[in-house]
Amino acid sequence: MIKDFDGEKGNVDLVFDEANQNKDYFNLICDKNYSSSGKLKNVCISVKDSIIVKDVISRGGSKILDGYNPLFSATVVQRLVNNGAIVVGKTTQDEFGFGSFNVNVGKGFSVPKNPFDSERSCGGSSGGGCAFTQKCTGEHISLVESTGGSIACPASFCGVFGFTPTYGLLSRYGLIDYGNSLDKIGFASKYLDNIANILGYCIGKDENDSTSLDVNEKYSIKSLKGLKVGLVSEGFDVDEGVKNVIIEYLDTKKVKYDEVSLDFSYKYGVAAYYIVAMCEASTNLAKYCGMRYGLSDEIKGDFNQYFSKIREEGFGNEAKRRVMLGTFARMVGYRDAYYIKALKVKTMIIKDYKKKFKKYDVLITPTMPFIAPRFDDIKNMSVVDNYMADKLLAGVNLGGFPHLNVPVGFLNKMPVGMLVIADHLMEKNLFRGWL
Amino acid sequence: MIIDKDLILRVAKNARLNLSEKEIKRFEEDFRDVLDCFSVLDKVDVSDVDITLHPLNLKNTVRKDEIKASLTLDEVFKNSKRKDNFFVGPKSL
Repeated sequence: MIKDFDGEKGNVDLVFDEANQNKDYFNLICDKNYSSSGKLKNVCISVKDSIIVKDVISRGGSKILDGYNPLFSATVVQRLVNNGAIVVGKTTQDEFGFGSFNVNVGKGFSVPKNPFDSERSCGGSSGGGCAFTQKCTGEHISLVESTGGSIACPASFCGVFGFTPTYGLLSRYGLIDYGNSLDKIGFASKYLDNIANILGYCIGKDENDSTSLDVNEKYSIKSLKGLKVGLVSEGFDVDEGVKNVIIEYLDTKKVKYDEVSLDFSYKYGVAAYYIVAMCEASTNLAKYCGMRYGLSDEIKGDFNQYFSKIREEGFGNEAKRRVMLGTFARMVGYRDAYYIKALKVKTMIIKDYKKKFKKYDVLITPTMPFIAPRFDDIKNMSVVDNYMADKLLAGVNLGGFPHLNVPVGFLNKMPVGMLVIADHLMEKNLFRGWL
Repeated sequence: MIIDKDLILRVAKNARLNLSEKEIKRFEEDFRDVLDCFSVLDKVDVSDVDITLHPLNLKNTVRKDEIKASLTLDEVFKNSKRKDNFFVGPKSL
């Protein structure tokens, strides 16, 4: 645990050795170095490829950012490094975060395998970070990112804690955008107190991100005593085995709960989330055009011909699909019917959750409807099947509510995750004695 | 709404994407399936509902208008092709 960390160089040696033994979880491993001072001296952090690190190639898992060497670090990374943390490397992900199984990797990138079963998915999109967190025996925290569930999902499949903060609690400066109104940097760790501890070093207003919040707080783990818990009944329409593991866990911990309904949010969350996410993604990806940074080619033809050729070469299938659907939903005649309507549904979903938080400190569902699927099964899933896998995570991410994956047990030797959701800026209700 | 090759090509042109015939066909199918999934929102009455961008209703925040050091030219061109201190790109005229 970081609070007891002794600052030995041996930890850095151990984590780098383990990173090199698990190269599939990294798009790049950094040169080993040691820090000399700071409260996080020699604490190792791995960083999702979409969170940029100064002088370390950062590609967001996409060929279109080949060779991009950032001039600065993301604010969150810089704040940790300023306190003595060491960056181990850039972890694998779905291209730009477009996926739930980490199989939508960019051209030339490899698919990471689940640490418990190499024929199964790590989950996405922060698959590499969560998988390495499970494998790593040294002091280590993974910086990961969620737009619609990309921290909780892989944390669930890999059996680690995965924390997503309130939207805006951590600066997005230096994060390669997916959906600006949805993106949140967070953490994965085997130890919840490590996450609570490190969060305090990262928060605070950032003048480079106008959406960041002016919060100054330290976090620690409190007991479960007195916590008012609501179990969301719509969230338990899942694999019976997954449901049983979670209920058994809650009973073992003697957690009392009421059943509550969030019918509206679960019925409309996926559609509203994907419309907002795709619209914003298609706008964000418009800047990748083969000039200034990233993939380039011999300059031929006019602007449109050159840009279209570079984007054809640089984007993978899912990136193209989301750019196409997002562009369509923003076109004249469709914008109000899709994007604006989805943003209004977002308002209604936030109200739906807020009503429940008047009575309950946290709401609980399974994190994912099933354990990590096999790659063979993923191949047979349709596009809509893939999107519906996020049904337990879409609404909570759309609403910007903080949430936590808690590894609560195993089913068929694979981890099961429980999702704990709190009201905006009530992270302290997540940091409880879950294990 | 008619989802056909013409629509896919119109969207691809706006998105600056070259698509193969195989991709055009696949996107026609994907558009039908995904837009059908999104149509669940048709049932929601959003009259008198405002949009939400930031869930915490932040007011406009602006930094002080102060002169600060900017990037050097070498930094600006670190990730790109450079000619006479300009980015190299295709003809625009």
